Amino acid sequence: MILKILDLSIDFGGVKALQQVTFNVKEGQIKAVIGPNGAGKTTLFNLITGIFPPSSGGIHFDDVKIDSLKSHKIAELGVTRTFQNLEIFDNMTVLENVMVGRHLRSKSGFFESAVRSESTKREEREIIESSLDYLDFVGLSMRANDMSASLPLGFQRYLEIARALASEPRLILLDEPAAGLDEKETEDLMGLIRKIRDKDITVLLVEHNMGLTMEISDEIVVLDHGELIAEGTPREIQYNKKVIEAYLGEDDVST
Amino acid sequence: MQMPDKKKYFNRNFLYVGTLIATVILIPYFLRNDYYLHVLILIGLHAIIVLGLNLLMGYAGQISLGHAAFYGLGAYTSGILTVVYGFHPVIAALIALLFVGIIAYVVGVPSLKLKGHYLAMATLGFGIIAGIIFNEMKFTASHLDLPMGGPEGITDIPKLYLIKYNLNIDQILSLKLSDITGVSQVVPNLYAFNIVLDNDLKYYYLVWTFTIVILILSSNIINSRVGRALRALHTSETAASTLGVDIQKYKVSVFVISALFASIAGSLYAHFIASVGPSSFGFHKSIMLVVMVVVGGMASIWGSIFGAAVITLLPEVLHVFEDFDIIIYGLILMLILIFLPEGLTRGVIDRVKGRFFK
Amino acid sequence: MTFVDQLLQFILSGITQGSIYAIVALGFTIIYNSTEIINFAQGEFVMLGAMFMLTLNITLGLPLPVAFILSVIAVMIIGVLIDIIVISPIKKPTQLSLIIITIGASIFVKGVAMFVWKKDYHAATPFSGEVPISIGPAAITPQALWVIGITGTVLIFLHIFFEYTNTGKGMRACAINPRAASLLGIKVKRMVLISFGLAGALGAIAGIIIAPITFANYNMGLMLGLKGFCGAVIGGLGSVPGAIVGGFALGILESLGAGLISSAYKDAIAFVVLLLVLFMKPTGILGKSESKRV
Repeated sequence: MILKILDLSIDFGGVKALQQVTFNVKEGQIKAVIGPNGAGKTTLFNLITGIFPPSSGGIHFDDVKIDSLKSHKIAELGVTRTFQNLEIFDNMTVLENVMVGRHLRSKSGFFESAVRSESTKREEREIIESSLDYLDFVGLSMRANDMSASLPLGFQRYLEIARALASEPRLILLDEPAAGLDEKETEDLMGLIRKIRDKDITVLLVEHNMGLTMEISDEIVVLDHGELIAEGTPREIQYNKKVIEAYLGEDDVST
Repeated sequence: MQMPDKKKYFNRNFLYVGTLIATVILIPYFLRNDYYLHVLILIGLHAIIVLGLNLLMGYAGQISLGHAAFYGLGAYTSGILTVVYGFHPVIAALIALLFVGIIAYVVGVPSLKLKGHYLAMATLGFGIIAGIIFNEMKFTASHLDLPMGGPEGITDIPKLYLIKYNLNIDQILSLKLSDITGVSQVVPNLYAFNIVLDNDLKYYYLVWTFTIVILILSSNIINSRVGRALRALHTSETAASTLGVDIQKYKVSVFVISALFASIAGSLYAHFIASVGPSSFGFHKSIMLVVMVVVGGMASIWGSIFGAAVITLLPEVLHVFEDFDIIIYGLILMLILIFLPEGLTRGVIDRVKGRFFK
Repeated sequence: MTFVDQLLQFILSGITQGSIYAIVALGFTIIYNSTEIINFAQGEFVMLGAMFMLTLNITLGLPLPVAFILSVIAVMIIGVLIDIIVISPIKKPTQLSLIIITIGASIFVKGVAMFVWKKDYHAATPFSGEVPISIGPAAITPQALWVIGITGTVLIFLHIFFEYTNTGKGMRACAINPRAASLLGIKVKRMVLISFGLAGALGAIAGIIIAPITFANYNMGLMLGLKGFCGAVIGGLGSVPGAIVGGFALGILESLGAGLISSAYKDAIAFVVLLLVLFMKPTGILGKSESKRV
C-alpha cells in the first residue's frame, strides 16, 4: 500500500466536507475518485498534498504519517499533483514551468546561484535537459520556449502533468485532467496516463469523465456528500446501487 | 531539439553589462562639476537597494513598505561604530551587514507569513518604528563633546579607507630624521601607501562597482533554480509548494537578501555623506524606494537601475519648481500606474513594439 | 495628583485621541469593504478637512456651522474625484498597484495643500471656549468634549445609514459579496463611489474637530492616517465595530503609554501594537477570519 487514508474528516465552519473516509491505494495502480459535484474530491486531494490539515483522521504515505506535514515536505517524500483550476506559472515559459518541477532534484542555493558556481552551471544544464525530456514525454517539446499562458487549455493540462512528473514522484494526483478536453484529446490523455503508470508511478485521479475513468482505472472509490459510498473495480462500481442513486440524484438537480 | 534561449540570454546580458560598465567608466569625463557626480553616486546607491527590493517585490511578489529602515540600519551602524567606537569602516560595514541580516530575519519570519495588505502593514509598521528609534536614540562617548544621535543624527563620519597610516617614519623610529640629516623634505612618508577614498570620483567608481556586481548577482539569482522558485511562488504558492518549494524559507531568504543589499548601500552612504540623520530613512524614503521599483518596472533587473535613476534625478530636475515638486511626484506616480502599469521601461518598450512591429 | 487621578486623566485624553483614530479607521474600513483597497490618502482627507475649515472659518470668517458643513462637502467631493480620476481608470488592479496609486494620490494632495496653505502651522479656534471642565479629579477641554460628542453622533448616523437605508444596505451587500450584489441589481461602481465620498466626509470631520487641539499643517495627515489605519487593523480590518473599538483602544493605549512609559516613543506605541496584533491575530480583535462584515 503506497497510500493509506484512514477515517479522514474535515469540516469548514460546520460544513462537513469529508466524513470518515477510508481507503488505500496500491503501488503501481491507477485509482480514480469519482462522485457528484461537491462530493469532496478536490478537498481530498488538498488534504493529501497538505494544502490544509484534516480535522481528524490520518494519511500515510509509505507508512509515513503525512497528514500534519507541509506541502513541500509531502512533495519531498514523492507525492505531487496537478490542479483542476490550472495553476500554471503564467509569468514563465513552458520550459521554465517544468524546470520548477526539477526543484526537488537539484540543490543550488542563493549563494551558488548568485555567483554561478561550476556545480550550479552543471546542475542548470541537467535541469534543462531533463525538463525537455519531460516535455517530450507529454508531447509539448515544440512549445518549450513559448510563454505558458499562450498555450491552449489542453496543453496547459499536459504542462502541469510534465511539471509534476519532473519532480520524479512515486504518486501523482491528477485533478480532473480531462476537464475541457475534446474526445480526441481525452483519448490521448488516456494513453499518457497509462504511460505514467508504466514508469512505475502510482496514479490517483479525480475525474468527471466516466468513459475515461471506467476504461483506465484499476479501482474506483466513490464519494458523495463527503462520504465514501463505494469502492471496487470499474465493473463493480457500474452496477452499485448506491452509486447509481447518487448520480441520479445529481441529475435531478442539474436538469 | 534546439536548445532554448539560454545562450542568447547570456550573450545579450554580457552586451548589456558591458555597455553599462563602459557608460559608468566614461560618464565622469563628460561631467562639468562635482554636483553631477554626487547625484550619480546617489543613483548607484539607490539602484543597489532597488535591485534587492525588486527581487522581493517584482519577482517573489512580496511587498515591503519599510525598506528604508534597513538602509538606515546599515548607515547608522556604520556611522556609530566608526564615530563612537572607532571601528575600521570595512569592519563596521561587515558588522552592519550581520546586524541587518539578523534584524531582517527576525522581522521577516513573522511578517512573511502574512499576505498582501497585512504584509504591507507589518513592514510599514516596522519601518516607522525604526524611524522613531533613529530619531530618539543618543550616543555618548568620552571623545565626543556632545552626545550624538537624535534628530541631528550622527556626524563626522570618516571617509571610507582601506589603509590609513597616521604615522610617518619620524614617529615610527621615534627620532627626528631631519635633525640628523638636516633635510626635512626627504623624510619618507607612509601616506603614500594609504588607500583612502577621499574624493567623489574615487567614491563614484567604488559605488558603481558595487552596483554592477549586485546587478550581476541579482540577474544570476533570477535565472537560476532559486529564481524560478521565487517567480513560481509569486504566481501560485500552492503549486510551488506541491512541487517541493519551501515557500516560507524562500520568502524569508529573499527578504533578508534585499535587506542586506540595503545595508551595503547604507554603509556606503554613511561614509559618502559623512553624516546620517533620521529624516533620510523614514516612511517617505521607503515609499520612494517602492516607487523606484514600480517606475523601473516590476520584475525587471535593468528597470531597477532606470527607476533609481529617474526617481533620484526627478527632484534635482524639479528643483526649479521648488514647492511644486511633490505635486509633480504624486502626479507622475499616478500617471505611470494608470497608463504604464508595467513600469516605464517595459511599458514604453511594449508600446513602441506594439506600434511598429505588429 | 494621585496615581489614580493621573490614570483617569490619561484615559480621558486617550478617549479624545481615540475618537479621531476611530473616525479615520472607519474611513479606511468603508473603502476597504467596498473595494479591498487600503486608501493611503485617508490621512489627507483629515488634513484637508482641517485646512478647509481654517480657511472658511478663520480666513473668510464664515460662521462655524456653515464652515463645518462646507468643509465636509468639499472633502467629500475630493474623495469622489479620487475614485473617478485615480482608482477606476486602473485596468488590471493588483493589491500592490492599488496601494501605490493611493500613495501617489496622497502625495499629490499633500503637495497641492502645501502649495495652497504653505508649510505654516495654523491654529484653529476651539468651538466653544478654552476653559477646562473638571470631571472629578481630572479635567477636560470643551473641544475634547466636542470631539467625543461629534464622534458619537457620527457613529449613530453611520449605524442608521448602514442598517436602515437602501444605499447602506447595498454597501453592506457589496462588502460581503460584490458579484452576488451586482446580480441583485446593486450598482457596485456607485457603491464604491459613495464609499469614497463617505470616507472623505469622515476624514474631514476628524480633521475639523481635531484642528483646534493639534496645530493644523499640510503634513498632519500622514501620522493621523497611519494611526487610524493601525486602529482599523487592531480592531480587525473590514469590521466596523472593530474600527471603532480599535481606534479607541489605540488612543487609550497610546495615552497611557506616553504618560506611564515614555513620551518620546509615543508614536511608536501604535505601531508596536500593530505588529503584535498582526503577528498574533492578523484578523484583529473583532475581525472574522473569512467573512467580512460592515
